[in-house]
Formats: sequence, C-alpha cells, structure tokens
Amino acid sequence: MNIAVCLKQVPGTTEVKIDPVKNTLIRQGIKNITNPFDTYALEEGVRLKERFGGRVTALSMGPPQAVEILREAITLGADDAVLLSDVAFAGADTWATSYTLGKAVRKLNNIDLVICGRQTIDGDTGQVGPELAEMLGVPFIAYVSKVEDIKTGLLRVQRMVEDGYETIEAHLPAVITVVKEINKPRLPSLRGQMKAKSAQIPTWTAQDIGVEKERAGLAGSATQVVKVFFPQRTHRAEMLKGEPSTQVEALVEKLREAKLV
Amino acid sequence: MEYFLTEQQKTMKALARRIAEERVLPVRAELDEKEEFPWAIMKDLADSDLFRIFVPEQYDGLGGGSLDLCLVVEELSCVCSAVAVSYAATALGAYAILLYGSEEQKQKYLPQIAAGKLAAFGLTEPTAGSDASNIKTTAQKTPEGYILNGTKQFITNGGEADIYTVIALTDKTKGARGASAFIVEKGMPGFTFGKKEKKMGIRASSTRELVFRNCLVPADNLVGREGAGFIVVMRVLDYSRPGIGAQAVGICQGALEAAVDYTRQRIQFGQPLISLPVVQQMLANMDIKTEAARALVYSVAKTIDSGAKSFTEESAMAKVFASDMAMQVTTDAVQVCGGAGYMRDYPVEKMMRDAKITQIYEGSNEVLRNAIAIELRKRKGRTA
Amino acid sequence: MAIRVVKEKCTGCETCVSACPFGLIDVIDGTARIKVEGCNLCGACKDACAFEAIEIGKLVAEAPATGEHHGVWVFAEQRNGEIKGVAYELLAKGRKLADTLKTELCAVCFGAGVRNVDSLTAAGADKVYLIDTTLLMNQTEDPYVAELTRLAREYKPEVILAGATPFGRSFFPRVAAQLHTGLTADCTGLDIEPEKKLLLQTRPTFGGNIMAIIICPAKRPQMSTVRPRVFRRGVPDLSRKGQIVRVDFKKEAVTARTKLLNFVADISEKVKLEDADTIVSGGRGLGKPENFHLIRELAAALGAAVGSSRPPVDEGWISYPHQVGQTGKTVCPKLYVAVGISGAVQHLAGMQTSDCIIAINDDPDAPIFQVATWGLVGDLFKIVPMLTEKLKGS
Repeated sequence: MNIAVCLKQVPGTTEVKIDPVKNTLIRQGIKNITNPFDTYALEEGVRLKERFGGRVTALSMGPPQAVEILREAITLGADDAVLLSDVAFAGADTWATSYTLGKAVRKLNNIDLVICGRQTIDGDTGQVGPELAEMLGVPFIAYVSKVEDIKTGLLRVQRMVEDGYETIEAHLPAVITVVKEINKPRLPSLRGQMKAKSAQIPTWTAQDIGVEKERAGLAGSATQVVKVFFPQRTHRAEMLKGEPSTQVEALVEKLREAKLV
Repeated sequence: MEYFLTEQQKTMKALARRIAEERVLPVRAELDEKEEFPWAIMKDLADSDLFRIFVPEQYDGLGGGSLDLCLVVEELSCVCSAVAVSYAATALGAYAILLYGSEEQKQKYLPQIAAGKLAAFGLTEPTAGSDASNIKTTAQKTPEGYILNGTKQFITNGGEADIYTVIALTDKTKGARGASAFIVEKGMPGFTFGKKEKKMGIRASSTRELVFRNCLVPADNLVGREGAGFIVVMRVLDYSRPGIGAQAVGICQGALEAAVDYTRQRIQFGQPLISLPVVQQMLANMDIKTEAARALVYSVAKTIDSGAKSFTEESAMAKVFASDMAMQVTTDAVQVCGGAGYMRDYPVEKMMRDAKITQIYEGSNEVLRNAIAIELRKRKGRTA
Repeated sequence: MAIRVVKEKCTGCETCVSACPFGLIDVIDGTARIKVEGCNLCGACKDACAFEAIEIGKLVAEAPATGEHHGVWVFAEQRNGEIKGVAYELLAKGRKLADTLKTELCAVCFGAGVRNVDSLTAAGADKVYLIDTTLLMNQTEDPYVAELTRLAREYKPEVILAGATPFGRSFFPRVAAQLHTGLTADCTGLDIEPEKKLLLQTRPTFGGNIMAIIICPAKRPQMSTVRPRVFRRGVPDLSRKGQIVRVDFKKEAVTARTKLLNFVADISEKVKLEDADTIVSGGRGLGKPENFHLIRELAAALGAAVGSSRPPVDEGWISYPHQVGQTGKTVCPKLYVAVGISGAVQHLAGMQTSDCIIAINDDPDAPIFQVATWGLVGDLFKIVPMLTEKLKGS
C-alpha cells in the first residue's frame, strides 16, 4: 500500500506576545516544528504500513527549511520524503495549496491513501484535506479516530462527530484527515535517525510537478488577507476578594441579582 | 564539560533524554509506589532502537561501545534509575553471549535482545554474594543436555526477562574452576521464579529468585567451555561495571538538579535557600562529586572502547567512586531540601533510596576495593 | 513583484521585524529582507514602516466577477430531520448582509424528512431551496457536495455561509474546491465593505492570537463557515412568508463513494453541552481525574452541563465531547463557570461569548480573568464545595 502523508512546518508556539505600547509582536526565537496534528497523521501512516505493508512518503509544501520536518518524518518511520518548494507556491491559500499538493500526489503515482492532520495550528482552517480530495477526485473522510481495516481496497474507519462516532467505509484511493485520538506518536528511532541523515530528499518545483503558475501560490489564491490585528483584551473581571466563604457569599448574591440562579 | 562525544553519541544521548523526560518522568513516582515493572518504557526503548546499541551490526545491532551504553544509562537514570537498571541489566545478561557465545548462540539470541527482548544475569545465590565462588547451583551433564538444580537470588529482571545467563557448577570438586555459564530461556521446563522481592529502592525494577529444579538446558546453550564460568563472570562484570557507574552518575545528576531547583525557589529568612553560604557549599560539593564521577566513568568507558585488553581495576574504580558519590549526593540533596525532601511527593528521597544499591550490587564496594588493592600490590613500577 | 523592500528608503530600524506576525523579516547588512515564501501580503510590515520602505504590489485581479452573482445563501444543516441551531444564527447574520447588499437571502437545506422548513423563512430567508429525499437519509457527503455545487453553479449566489460543524468543515471545502473559489473558515465577523461591496471575513489565526480580515475579490461565490454560537439567532417572525423551492435530487449525477455503516452516540452526559444554558468546566487545575466530581456536583447544583478545557481531555480524565475550545465545541451559555482553567486563547475561543463568565483560579494573572465577569482568586478545592453547598441550600 502506498501512503502519502502531508506535513506542514509551523511556528513552535502560537502564544504570541505583544508589546502593549507599540502593538507589535515580541519575537523571541520561536523555533519551527511539524504541525502537531500532522505528527498523528504520519504515525498513522507508519502504523498502517507496519500492519498492511507498503511505503510511506512524507510530503510538504514550504520554504527550503521545511526539509527539516521531512527529515524528522524519516526518523519517525517514513520511507522517503519530498519537498515542494518554489517561489511560485508562496502566499498560497488553501485552494492553491491543495492544487499544488494534488499535483505532487499525482506525480508520486499509485498512491492509495493520503493522510492529513485535521488542521494546522497557524491557519486552523482544516480545508486542505477536503480540497485535496477534490483535486484528486477521490473519496474523503474527515476526523478519523481509528482505522479499523483495509481489505481488498476497501477502507473502514471510525470518525468523530459532535455527539459520538460513525463507522464509514470507502474505496481506496482516498484522502482522510485524522484527529489526535487516533494514536500516540512514537519517538524517533536511532536507525531512523541514521537513515534520515543520509536520506536524499528531492525538492520539486512548479515545473517538476506540472503546476500552472496562475493556479498556485498567491496568483492562484482566491482569498487575500487585507488586514491583520491583535485582539485587544482590556477587560478585567470584577474580582471577589476575601476568604473563600466571603467570596462564595458575594458570588451567590450576584448570581441571584442577575437571576442566574 | 566537554567530553568530545561523537555526533552519533550526542544523538543517542539526546534521544535517551527525550524518552526519559517524555515517557519516564510522568510515571516514575507511580511505578515506584506500585513497584510496577516499566514494560511500556522498555517497549519505547526497544522501538527507538536503544537495545541495539550494545549489539554488533551483524546481529541486527548498531555496534555501539561502552561509552554509548553509559550515555543512555545515565540519561535514563537521571530521571529514574529503576528504569535505567532494567535496561542496563539486559546488557549485563547479553554480555556473556557477546563475549563468549558461539556463532550459533549469537545468531540466535543477540537479534532478539537487539529487538528488545529483556535479558538477565544469574550469579548470586543465598550462599554466594560477595563470596561468589560459593555457589551451589549444579549443572549435571547428561546425553540430553545439562540438568540445572539450585536457586539464584536477587536477580534483576528476574521473571520479566526471557533470556538468562546463569552460572552453575559442572564440576563440584574443582571449586571456582568447576563453574560454567549457560543460556536459559524463560519457559524451559524446571525453571521457575521465586517471589518478587520488596526493596528499599529501585522498586520498579523486578528482583526475583531463579529456581531450577531439574531444569534441562540444551548442550548447545553452554557458553564458552566447561569450567570457564568464572572467567566469563569476571570479564562480563568488567564490561558492565561502568554501566552501574553511569547509573550512579545519573542519580547524582538528578538529585543535584532537583536540589538546585528547590533551593532556588524555597524562601527562608527572606531569601532563597540557594543564597545561603552553607547551602551553596553543599551544592558545590554535590556538583563537584557528580562531575568527577562522570569524568571517571566516561574515561573508563573510553578506555574499554579503545580496545584495552584488561581494565578490571579501572572498571571497579568507576563503579566504586560513582556509587559512593551517588549516596553522598542524594543524602545531601534530601538534607538541603529539608522537610520537603523527606516527602514522597518530592523526587529526592526516592533517589536516595535508589542510590544505596549501587554501592552493593555488581560487586560490593568493599570487595571491589580489595580487588583494586590486590592490583596495586601486584604492580611493579609506574603504570600511569 | 508581490512585496519588496525599497533599499534606498530602508534604515534597518527593525520595526518591521517585530511587526510581522509570521516572523518572516530579518535585517541583514542594515537592510530588511522579507522571506517571500511564507508571506501572505497582510501588510502589517508596510503599515509599521515609518519610512515607506515596503511596497506591496497587487497580484490578484481586483475586478470582481461580472456582476451576474446575486444573493446571500445560508446552508441550513440538519441532522435526522432537525435543523441545527447554527442555521438560524447564520440566517440572522445573513439577513443583515443581504439587506446591505440589497439582495435576497436564501436558505439551502438538504435531508430526509426535514421538519419545520417554515422556520427558515421565519428566521429571515426569502427563499428556501429544499432537497428532501430518503436517498439522503444517511447524510453521506458526496451527494451534498454535488448538489450544493450544482445549485451554486445554476443560481450563482454571491455569498454562501455554512456552519463550521464537523459536517460543515468537511463537505463545504469540497464545494469551494469544485467551484474554484475562496473559503474562509471559522469567521467571527462578517461585514460588507462599502466601496466594492466585498464580504469582509474576520477570522482567528494562530489559535486566536492573531485576527485576520480576508476578502475574496475575484472569485464567486464568497464562501465562509462560522462556528455555532458565534452569532446570535434572531427572534423568529412567524408572519414572514417566503418561497419554498423543492428541488429534485439529481441522483444519477451523484455516486456516493462513502458508506455509513454505524453510528455510536456518546451518551455519557444527560445535558448536551451546546444547548446548555449553564456550563461548569474543569481544567488542569483540578490536578487529578477523581477531582472532576467537584465539577459534576457543582453542575448538578446549577442544573448545568459539564465541560472541560483541553488538558483534562488529553489526559483522559473526561471524554472529548466535553471539550470546549478551538478544537472542541464553541458554547455560548447564559452562565459559564471556569474552574481551574487558565484561559489559554484556544479555550477562550470556545466560550468567550458566553453571557456571564465566572472564573475560579489560584493564579491572579491567569488570562481567564480577562474575559470573566466575576473572578475568584483562591483555592478551588475550598471554594467549589462551598459554592455547591450554598447553591444546594437555596
């Protein structure tokens, strides 16, 4: 079974500190990491490979330094990796990103299953997975929390919904997005680290994967950011002070006044 | 301090530290409390290939050396020395096969150990602790193989390991020269385990008796030749003692860090404890002892890795010094943390309980000092 | 040329370095250098530069579509025949947008045996496109994607809104992909920009630490998802009349490629979190899973549902359906009690629009106090049992 896992390199923390006077970001060496949800996607891909046989290819669209997360993916069990990097890909919204990833998956050829994390911690849209499925013209299942079985090209999974979970079946090839509940990602292995060190990770450009430049990157993006701002939090709660008994008295009084109890 | 580790060694050390912090730290108190064997962590170590470190490449290993092993043991021990010793004892059990095993034995057992099957070393008996040659377990040669009878005591990983290197007497008349080493597998008929011992420290480590009652072991499982048992023992322990030294260094480091953390934030007399000269003296001494122990252990490991033919004395030194330092450093750590240090909610009391055994097992420090003195006495002229 | 630094004007003052929310600017040899590959042209650096040393060129064609797109649509999600609350919230917002654009508001609803379709017109829709057939019983996505795409191509709305429910977040992007248009997820604000009448979509990024305003200038329809409980539903006007257009399900054109085999409900709690008027949530400050009983007892005394921030769910102290926050549920109850919850932005994203918020935490600097109505700094293990007792007594 050939599995492709899509990974994105994101900032290591989304807890940005803002200088209250200048209203600008305080940057202190935030390192880049693999999008946490994508580590679950990779782990699932490697587990499925161990269970059913096959290969796992890690894929990322990003700037040249994103190759680090691909090397890390190899230490965690991916057989090989490809970086999609080209100035033409820059500034892409989810449509343009899915378009580019779709071209790359097609070039990888014979991919049975594409696994993505449910969303990124910087963009938070969760849109690339489903849009990629449309680009590839294959079935799509979101929020997968367990892969029950893959038999004769038929995938059976459990996926989470608001009030419980559903068991769904689809024919491969397919795209799925996974949630954290699906597994516990492994730690790197020494042999994986040795393999990653010597691994050749090719960079594919727009030309390599047949991307039309008007459809990729900023040029291919239907949406555009016009403004960015930091939410102002100036509100301060009314603090009820004193011993616990005093605090509780005051609170219950206020709740009664507000007719909340 | 700069120890000139290779890139590979730095990677191993970093990975062991990561496993220690992410997988061991959250559960160490509970494992100690419940005296529960750390199976999940052993699996994590296996999955990350850490058991491959002490196995040669041709047997599915990574062909690492003594220093590599010490680095991993130290990092694990810094967080929990019971976990560290469960790992190190497998190396101990594997050494006999590594050093004296036949090609068939190596091909059969080493890949299993590299993949994470646990091993153990069975020497000590109720009548034979420091007086190791006073063992009574016998191995009687028969056409079908060797029949083992006897009991081993206080065996680390006893009951959990699958592969045991056991020393038994093939010829009772020859004393120490009548002992031989055997590989015995869990599940072989006649091989059972005694109760799990309740210990002062390293409580997550399993310590059990090995009970042999007419246990038939295939003739192919004799390691080396008959009568070479104690040669095997001596050599195996020479190789494994730096590992115990590393375990002790890890304990020192963990205790030192916990003590520094505590004294930084505990305010008495209007200032953090760490500002008080008496505390500073104690912490400084703990730091010096830890680093000195580490430097000695690493130097001995490097000596072994350089291909030295004999290193009995050095290996003993590493273990003796580091274990004595571990006991001192942990005792001081508890003292410096005061009442809080005595409480099980804080990690230093466990480290003090854990440290004690390092002065006792794999050759008590008294026995090892004797051995060092004997070497000194033999020596003519300068050796350094 | 998307963005460039005008070297002659750049003084190397580094103001732009800290202004960039994405950390893409460095000053090398006294001149700013922007890593174009991560840049989405938000313009924060340009705005911050006192020397006008940063220029942003226009790459995306500004001319909107030919003007043949009209109408604001709301995809009214239903489950088992019951229309979801988020549909009404979106219709209330959609009504305002449609009025500003001077166009009609339509609800689009697919399902099997959908009840109360009139409620959609009562909530403000001028028209309802309804596909009601037993073939849609199991709510598999492919038919929904195909039919909404078909209707959008046929009737050309200029805006489509949908709830950012698990179903919405799964099927709606697929429609956007097929229509080759822009989709903005989890909008917390929707407005019409006065000049070009573009939909201004405000949404959180970086877990809510940075807000972005997004437009879809050229492609149509402009699509947005909104989390439930972010907008308020209006008061239904039962006298309002609208047109119900029953559309035939084009089943020959659709192949459902996924099959629903089974559904298992999580019935661990009696009161559903999203519909609860009062919620009591526990966080990491509880320390141990057993301590959730304090939350349950307080909730029982208040007739409230039990919620949780993310750490207890991650630790396995309570199941995922109770999780409130960015990767959990968004709630908007009359009263939200946060116990031992620090108030990380990702949690606030899920509850900050609650009418009244009470925070109990031993850390006076906990961010939760920035959104709370009343705050109690103290030991929750003392305060919560006392509060429960007092409420029971009354």
